[in-house]
Amino acid sequence: MTRRTAAALAVCALVLIAVPWIIGNEFYVNMASQVLIYALFALSINMMLGYGGMVSLGHAGYLGIAGYACILATVAGYDQLTAAIFAIALSTTAAALFGVLSLRAPGLGFIMITLALGQIVWGVAYRANNLTGGDNGIRHPARPMPFGFDIRDASSFYYFTLIVFVVALFFIWRFSRSPFGATLTGARDQPRRMRMLGHNVWLIRWITFVMAGFWASVAGVLYVYYNLFLSPHAISLQQSAEILLMAILGGASTLAGPIVGAAIITLVKNVVSTYVERWNTLLGVIFVVVIMFMPHGLVPGCTQAWRRLRNRIRPRKTAGGAASELAQ
Amino acid sequence: MQWQFWIVQTLNSVAFGGLLFLLSSGFSLIFGLMRIPNLAHGAFFMLGAYFGYTLLQLKLTFWLAAVVGGIGVGLIGIVLERVVLRRLAGNEQGQVLVTLGVSFIIADICLLVWTGDPMPLPAPQALRTPLRLGGFAFPSYRLVVLAIALAAALALYLLMERTRLGAMIRAGVDDMEMARGVGIPVSRLFTTVFLLGATLAGIGGALGGPILNAYPGLDTDMLPLALIVVILGGAGSLLGAFVGSFIVGFIYNFGIALVPDLAYFVLFLPMVLVLVFLPQGLFGRVQI
Repeated sequence: MTRRTAAALAVCALVLIAVPWIIGNEFYVNMASQVLIYALFALSINMMLGYGGMVSLGHAGYLGIAGYACILATVAGYDQLTAAIFAIALSTTAAALFGVLSLRAPGLGFIMITLALGQIVWGVAYRANNLTGGDNGIRHPARPMPFGFDIRDASSFYYFTLIVFVVALFFIWRFSRSPFGATLTGARDQPRRMRMLGHNVWLIRWITFVMAGFWASVAGVLYVYYNLFLSPHAISLQQSAEILLMAILGGASTLAGPIVGAAIITLVKNVVSTYVERWNTLLGVIFVVVIMFMPHGLVPGCTQAWRRLRNRIRPRKTAGGAASELAQ
Repeated sequence: MQWQFWIVQTLNSVAFGGLLFLLSSGFSLIFGLMRIPNLAHGAFFMLGAYFGYTLLQLKLTFWLAAVVGGIGVGLIGIVLERVVLRRLAGNEQGQVLVTLGVSFIIADICLLVWTGDPMPLPAPQALRTPLRLGGFAFPSYRLVVLAIALAAALALYLLMERTRLGAMIRAGVDDMEMARGVGIPVSRLFTTVFLLGATLAGIGGALGGPILNAYPGLDTDMLPLALIVVILGGAGSLLGAFVGSFIVGFIYNFGIALVPDLAYFVLFLPMVLVLVFLPQGLFGRVQI
């Protein structure tokens, strides 16, 4: 790590810690927590999308399984920690099963199968009235008290989310830099060569799928703690598409991209929804525009533009000098 | 009484299977030829139902409304293919995601125009009374829907197997490069297939109106069913879409009737079995 990136990280950390003081307003602190939760969703989907090239349209399914499991276990009388562990374990197991099914078909079949699986989870949540409350949704009794800390108010919940987020970010960063991450990228770009080199491409993809499912489940539990409520609307196809769009908009295959994308989409959604009801149209339009004109996303695009700008400013003297010499 | 239940449910299942066939045959053809799962297909179906509703308000006869509405949807399909998908040629992943974005836009515009209330499409007057045969009552509109779906299946079969256009489409499905190489106008073929698929979905939506109503969310209810049909039956195969549609029609309908809580979950089972044992689907021509 160079001194520059270390400094940048320190600034980011300070800003993230200071967010509640900077904004002060409870509404916006809550929105910051929301951004962090969605950023975790986007980071988890990006493990598959950015490094493995696998486009999943069923990611909200893990929010559904983990969320409902967490609520139902808590309502059934288990303590919050047991409920959370149970929820994440159940949802990750589901991811293991969904992974086996989805990875039967490479490429576009994968999109179709993940979409169908995600919609089946949605359909069960919608139809199973006795369990999930159907369309009306169910409430989570209360936020937990991790180690005795009260996280009911906006800023302490923000810090709770931030801690989980930073831990997750660390693991996902390690994942992207690890030899395993390299084999995953290899499996995306040259599956046949990787097979020839003795790697089990299927297993690499499956492990990634399960890890992505795990972090999405963690985000799902956070989502339930934040909203204290879950209904089928939260796990619809639209939610999966929003999460995917966050990763693509910010720039898949970068670590910062999904976070930036999550921040933009969450803020735009919150702002637009207060003025007009047409969020879905805007979501569709952003989707089409981003895919057609910005397929690599904002972060790589901006990095590239920054580099080009810097190169233009710096070597201008020498280039200009050479040109004037030639002219003479 | 017991018999009546089973007869009605069976008939509902096959009628629903017929609707699914109208939806998924086009989906499967588009997928087979262009390698794109057109995620706007559910939205096309819903749009067909709403167009049918509005045309009925304008005093068109039911069948005319269904056909005109279907063609209207087909034209929108052409626009999507020519204006949007064409620009992303070669980027199949991008094309899929764009169709999803378009489906959100269509769904939201439908919500704006036709509001959030379900819009009933009345069946033609003559078909509203059930057909009585041997002491049993058969819902006659569903019988007609089934007949139309079977006729469409036969027509599509003849189109694919007996005409020049069908031969070109089959060639494109089996080997795109080769088809291009021997001079088949593949680009025009894409547009034709998209028109055909979108029109079929639109007509299916209008015909489904009296059974399902036109309501917001019809698109996301139908799209996964079409996906499961294609996963079961195999992509690019008409026979696969046909068999898959009726299997899914039966499972879904009896699921709703017998275990309403788990109607979606029972769809999961055949999908798992097929994916584990026959990843190409029952009659797949293309690897999905």
